Order: sequence, then structure tokens, then C-alpha cells
Amino acid sequence: MSRHLKSREALLLLAIVVMTGAIALRFPAFIAPLNLIGTFTDTSPLIILALGEMVVILCRCIDLSVAANLALAGMIAAMLDVAGVPLPLIILAAVAAGALVGAINGVLVWKLDIPPIVVTLGTMTIARGMIFVLSGGKWINDQALSGAFKGFPRAVVLGLPVLAWIAIAVVLVFVVLIRATPLGRAFFAVGGNPNAAVYTGIDVGRTQFWAFTLSGALAGLAGYLWISRYAVAYVDIANGFELDVVAACVIGGISIAGGAGSVAGAFLGALFLGITKNALPVIGVSPFWQMAISGAAILAAVAINARESRRPGRIILKSVEQTALEART
Amino acid sequence: MNITRKTFLRGLTTATLAAGLMMTTSAMAQAKEMRIAVVVKALGIGFFDAVDKGAEKAASELGDVKIIYTGPTNTTAEGQIQVINSLIAQHVDAIAISANDQDALVPVLKKAMKRGITVISFDSGVAKAGREMQLDDSSTPLIGKTLIKMAADNMPDGGEVAVLSASATATNQNAWIDAMKIAMKADYPKIKLVSVVYGDDLSDKSYRQAQGLIKKYPDLKTIIAPSTVAISAASQAVEDAKMTGKINVTGLGLPSQMAAHVKTGASKSFALWNPIDLGYAATMVAYNLAAKKAKAAPGAKIGMGKMGDTTLNKDNVGVMGKPFVFDASNVDKYAKMF
Repeated sequence: MSRHLKSREALLLLAIVVMTGAIALRFPAFIAPLNLIGTFTDTSPLIILALGEMVVILCRCIDLSVAANLALAGMIAAMLDVAGVPLPLIILAAVAAGALVGAINGVLVWKLDIPPIVVTLGTMTIARGMIFVLSGGKWINDQALSGAFKGFPRAVVLGLPVLAWIAIAVVLVFVVLIRATPLGRAFFAVGGNPNAAVYTGIDVGRTQFWAFTLSGALAGLAGYLWISRYAVAYVDIANGFELDVVAACVIGGISIAGGAGSVAGAFLGALFLGITKNALPVIGVSPFWQMAISGAAILAAVAINARESRRPGRIILKSVEQTALEART
Repeated sequence: MNITRKTFLRGLTTATLAAGLMMTTSAMAQAKEMRIAVVVKALGIGFFDAVDKGAEKAASELGDVKIIYTGPTNTTAEGQIQVINSLIAQHVDAIAISANDQDALVPVLKKAMKRGITVISFDSGVAKAGREMQLDDSSTPLIGKTLIKMAADNMPDGGEVAVLSASATATNQNAWIDAMKIAMKADYPKIKLVSVVYGDDLSDKSYRQAQGLIKKYPDLKTIIAPSTVAISAASQAVEDAKMTGKINVTGLGLPSQMAAHVKTGASKSFALWNPIDLGYAATMVAYNLAAKKAKAAPGAKIGMGKMGDTTLNKDNVGVMGKPFVFDASNVDKYAKMF
């Protein structure tokens, strides 16, 4: 299993390298170190969100509210900044607001047993509505935001902007969380086989609750980073971005059926999408082709993952189907 | 005594009548002061507060005009219908409205016109049956000309420009870009349009597209962004790429949104309709129609005071003028309004 996972990620890494090379053929400046740093920085919010989404998907759930949650936390952060609250408190408040929305998702899934897709569709709409209520539909613009608020993610430390360092830190935290904590193992157990998880003493609902809360908290953090990066807050911020986040996970080999996936996969999946997003404008592809290319990449990834995950022999009892599969491949 | 009482009563009636008559005449004297209602999408919006300022300016110029500035508390057609009904009850002389729904307001505005009230729409129009005329902020050719002129003014030797638009299917933006290309061919042969890209009115995508333009075209001198989302994202991208001074961002934007970018120098100038002028022009038009100094009919010329005349097309739609250009000299003043 782990050998397969590794090969899948290696395949994705290879795809990223080949793609970057192909882009460089058409637009050499793309692989200039400064541009690669810029692309990584630009992808940072997606990486952060994809990791949060990953644990939710591992638990056989899905979180469609991440983008709306991000926008709500971002609006709260912007409004606090306008009110003159110091930056550390603003970031804390954004994370807390995001975690709260995530926790609401989690409680609804855990205690009321509502399907996650329905719960998060609901909270997605509620969060967008709340932004309108809070802001009165008005924009918070560049000049209303303080210099510290906008400057923090842009500050360069050891050659990288703080925004990129935050993404790296989140990746490292997730590596530890998934590998070395009971909760990290529980995510896999709950998604891989919920019944077996119950027998081993894992509370399925509680684990899902923590997954949603974690995803929400990261959406809150990304909310602050987003608003400070683009220096504007309004209702439609990051509209539709939840699909990019789910796509990054799928490309990264996180199984929508739950229980399979890795931090490296989600990270590389996000990076793959980030590179296409940054490259397509400079290689001069029409916007309609850009959408088609992104879509094709997702389908290709799913097709590869489906082939990969059929082999590990999850269907142990249906030996007939297994042999049929062997015969075909 | 009986008689005296009768006389007294009669006297009283006459007095009342006289008083009544006097009141009527004074009311008539007041009625000469024309009451023009400016109905906006919702109260508390900076843009419309500025429209009111313009209307008041027109009123003080005209002298015998009273402006009733009103609107619902949120942007709904139902709210506007209630407001219009109360204006009909007060029998104002004219209504100038920026509509929340172009069709829903038609019946109530028809009722107002039936009672002899002049009805015009401005900014956001009402369907033809519900108003005598519509005053548009600007026209497609004028917007196109203004866009390329703002770019050209800051690049006297010509050079490369690129357009960062909303979505590839946005009707307004595409029409403006086409008009801009026509004006460019005719008047600015030294300017070369190298690319038109689309940010879909998403700040992150617009930012990324602007970054792409900056990287791909090292000689790029101007990014023209005819969308409020795109213009601020492009300005931010230019600032972050440290290209301020080398690349100028222009287009259509709100002063409150752009004031900081004008200060950093990322944007030298940008344009939008000036709401003060709009309020002024709408009031002048409403006055001229209500005072029977002009008649709303296709081809008619209607005066807008200092703003000149507007000529109505076959749908009784008139145009106020060119978009208003904001730069370092005036952006702070308007940033407080909208």
C-alpha cells in the first residue's frame, strides 16, 4: 500500500517536472528562481486549504464551505483591522472564526448525522450571507487596511515571503499530525473502514468533527492571508475556490471514498494546480482552453488514481472480480 | 340673537372660506416651487449621497426647486414601490429614479405619470413603458475613447498596452473594449494592444493574470482594466512586482478603491461616472420636462444646465457624457463619497 502511494506521488512529481519543463520551453523566464518562488507563494493559500480538505476527505466527508469560510474569516479580519485591533489578535480571531464555522459543520455531521455535502453546502451559503450582513455589502479597500496587515505575508525572511513560510509550516505540522498522533491515524481508520474503527475504540463522529474543525481553522488562516495578499475584502472573495481545493486533493490522489491519501499528495496536487494557474496566462492560452486544460488534468488524475487503487486488493472476498481485473490489466 | 348668531356663523364660514382660499393660494404659490423627488436604489450608499449633492446643486442654480432625496433602506423593488406610492400621494412634480428592477417598477411609475408626474430614470434604467426618458451615465463609444485616452496621456511615445477584463463573455466590457480598439486605430497609431486577458472578476485570478502580463511583456507600459475588481488587482500586482512607474494601471474603478493606488503611483488616473454630475444632470432634465420646457421624444434635445444638452435616441435614452477622470488631484475628495 505504502509503496503504491509513494509511486503515485512520484508520478505526480514527475508530471509536475515535465509540465514545468514544457512551460519553460515556451516561456523560459518561468523557471527563473524568483518566478518559481512567486508561483509557490501564490499557491500557498491553496496548499493550506488542500491540507485541511484532505483530512475531511480522508474521513469520507467533504467540505464545500472552505472558500466561503475563508471569505467570512477574511472579512472579519479586515473589519478588525479597520477597527485598529493589533495584528496577532486579528490572525487569532480569523483562525477562531474559521474553526467555529468548521466546528458547526462537524457538529451537524456528528450529532445530527446529516450528509456532509448537504451540511457544508448550507454553511457555505450561510457564510456568504453573513459576510453581506457584516459588511452591509460594502467593500473594504486597500487604503482602509493598515500597512502591517498587508505587509506581514509579504515580508521576506531568508529569501521567501512569510506567506510561503506559513504554507511550509502547515505542511510540516500535518506531516507530524498524520504520522505521529492518534488523531492522524484515526482519520485514516474512520475513512478506510468506519465499522472496524468503531471496534478499535475510535469515535467516528468525533474524528469527523475534528477534521472539519481543522479544515475550518485553516480556512480562517487562509482568509487573513488572502485578504492581505489581494488587499480587498468583499462578499464574492474566492467564489468557487472550494472546487479548486477539492480538485487539488483529487489530483493529489486523496481518495474521495476516504481512507487513502497523503500529505505529500495534497501538497503536490495543490502545486500542480498552482503551476497551471500561473503558467497558462504567460504561455498565452485562451481562457476557454485554460478551463479545458484544468478539467482534463483532473480527469487524468482521477483515471490514474482509479487504476492505481484498484490493484491493492481492497475487494478481498470477490475473488472472481479480482481475477477478471488481473486478466484485463 | 338668532339672527346675529346666523350672521356670525355666516361670517365665520366666509372667514373660513377666505382662509381656505388664502391657504389654497399660498399652496399654489408653493406649488410654483417645483418638487423633484430623487429616488435611489437604497439610502446610505455613498454613490447616491453624491448624486443628492449634485441634485441640490442643480436646485440651488434653478432657484425654485426643492429636492426630495429618498429611497428604501435596502435595494429592493418593493421598497421603491412604497416610496413612489407615497410620492404620488404627496403629488410631487417629478420623479428621477435609479431602479432596482427595470420591470417591477413600471406599473407604479405608469400610475405616477397618469397623475401628471414627470418620470425619468437615471443610472440604472426602467423599461421604456415606465418612464419618459432614461439618462445613461455614459455611452459605449465615449467609454472606449476615455479608456484609451487615459492610457495614451501617460505614454506620449506610444508603446504596448494590454487589457485585463472581467469575464470573456461580459457584454459590457466586450463592447467597451471594441469601442476602445476603434478609437485606438483612429487616434493613437503608436499604441499597440498586445493582449486581452480575463480575470473573471475574481481578485486572485485578476491578480495572477496581471502578473502574467507583467512577466510576458517586458515592454508593457499600461494595463487597461475596465472592471472594478480587475483595476485594483492589477494595481496591487504592479506594486508587488515593483513595477510602479514603469507600468501604469488605468480603467474603470471606484475612487475609494483606487485612492491608495493613485498615491503609490501604480495608477496615474482612472475613470467612472461622476455621481455629482449625474445628480445634477438628472435634476436639470427632470426640471425641463416638468416645466414643459422640453418634451421627451426620439431625437429631442434636452438641456442639462452646465453639462450641455442630451439627445434622445429612438428608445428615449439620453447620454450624460464622458466618464469622469479621477487622478491625484481629486481622488481623495471623491474617495470619501464612493
